[in-house]
Amino acid sequence: MRLSAAVLPWCAIATALTLGVGLYLALFVAPPDYQQGEAVRIMFIHVPAAWMAMFVYGNLALASAVALIWRHPLADLAGQAAAPLGAGFTLLCLVTGSLWGQPMWGTWWVWDARLTSVLVLFFLYLGYIALVNAFDEPTRGARAGAILALVGVVNIPIIKFSVDWWNTLHQPASIMRMGGPTIDASMLWPLFLMAIGFTLYFLTVLLIRIRTAIIARKLQVLRMAELEPDEDFAGARSAS
Amino acid sequence: MRAFRLLVQRDLRLAFRQGGDAAMVVGFFVLTVILFPFGVGPEPEILARIGAGVIWVTALLAALLSLDRLFTADYEDGSLEILALSPLPLEAVVVAKCLAHWIVTGLPLVLAAPLLALFLNLDAAGYPVLILAMLLGTPSLSLIGAVGAALTLGARRGGVLLSLLILPLYIPVLIFGVAAVEAAIGGLSFRPHLMILGAFMLAAIPLSPLATAAALRQALE
Repeated sequence: MRLSAAVLPWCAIATALTLGVGLYLALFVAPPDYQQGEAVRIMFIHVPAAWMAMFVYGNLALASAVALIWRHPLADLAGQAAAPLGAGFTLLCLVTGSLWGQPMWGTWWVWDARLTSVLVLFFLYLGYIALVNAFDEPTRGARAGAILALVGVVNIPIIKFSVDWWNTLHQPASIMRMGGPTIDASMLWPLFLMAIGFTLYFLTVLLIRIRTAIIARKLQVLRMAELEPDEDFAGARSAS
Repeated sequence: MRAFRLLVQRDLRLAFRQGGDAAMVVGFFVLTVILFPFGVGPEPEILARIGAGVIWVTALLAALLSLDRLFTADYEDGSLEILALSPLPLEAVVVAKCLAHWIVTGLPLVLAAPLLALFLNLDAAGYPVLILAMLLGTPSLSLIGAVGAALTLGARRGGVLLSLLILPLYIPVLIFGVAAVEAAIGGLSFRPHLMILGAFMLAAIPLSPLATAAALRQALE
């Protein structure tokens, strides 16, 4: 708690800075693409959001594995705090991709392998959130959700390699590939800044969410402790 | 091995004595497929075009419908705890229950599929491949579904939640199941699609019982 309290403001400031500079570079400084024109600027949101969607799922799966193996309660909280963020990034990725696809591909949506597998990722996030909240006993929900998160990991390599396995509409990787990136430095730098900004944003909100969850749990324990004598009294009265 | 066989026999006997389960699933399958000619119109060309997809989607939904019965009854009357305590590993219990579930619900679906293909005017070249693809695909449906059924044991609104969890995971089976039939009708090679379906099943046989047994253990804690 103390460490997170110390780190949090710095994280927030760094997020604001990188996102601010990244957005300025992406929207005003980076040149328009020779084919895509100004619409290429959507990519500066879309690509980092897609990276984050997978990165957050990786974190969720890692936290779930830690929660299942070592039964560390903080890992459960981290997973539950990360899931809605991951769902948000996935949705952002799908929506910006759709907005970009309309002028570029001439359609809002195609049943391409990459698009479909990201949609499945979105449903996995939703399923995780729904499953965690479906039990009266929070620990059971957390445990079940962790198992589901680990089962869903099979989808991540499918997303990553879908553009190589199935040669459909979505273009193949241009940055993380053998032989170096294929895009120009003037676009690469804003993209990296945006990616760092997104990661920092995730970290900041994740910390806030975990802190809130811990505080909420402490409050609940305090309330229970306050109520307990009354309950004993009620129990004793009904027994007599 | 003997315990495994006895468990399969017990589940089959339970299913046949109670009756209804397999009949309901097949009934749902047939009725839902029959709705499509009313919905999209009875033109044979349209039906032949969408036939393979309709049969596969409906088979997925029918399989989903029967999944909540997989562990619920045993969970509620406590037999699941006895099974967990038995010398048979819980993973093997899961495999046995999936096998029984497939015989009761998956196999009737496979048998009913050619009849429905007839209703939908499917091209004759697609029949053997449809049956083969369903034979390879439906065990995966039971196995993947078992994970969801175990995870949602005792959950509020378990049925709806189960479909939210499991349907996204069914998509690969659907894609390759339909692709095999369409390839056969189009005169292309259907072998790769069938091999991928077989690979799904072979991967699901060891992996799904692991996850299902873990989910059952936490449900029984």
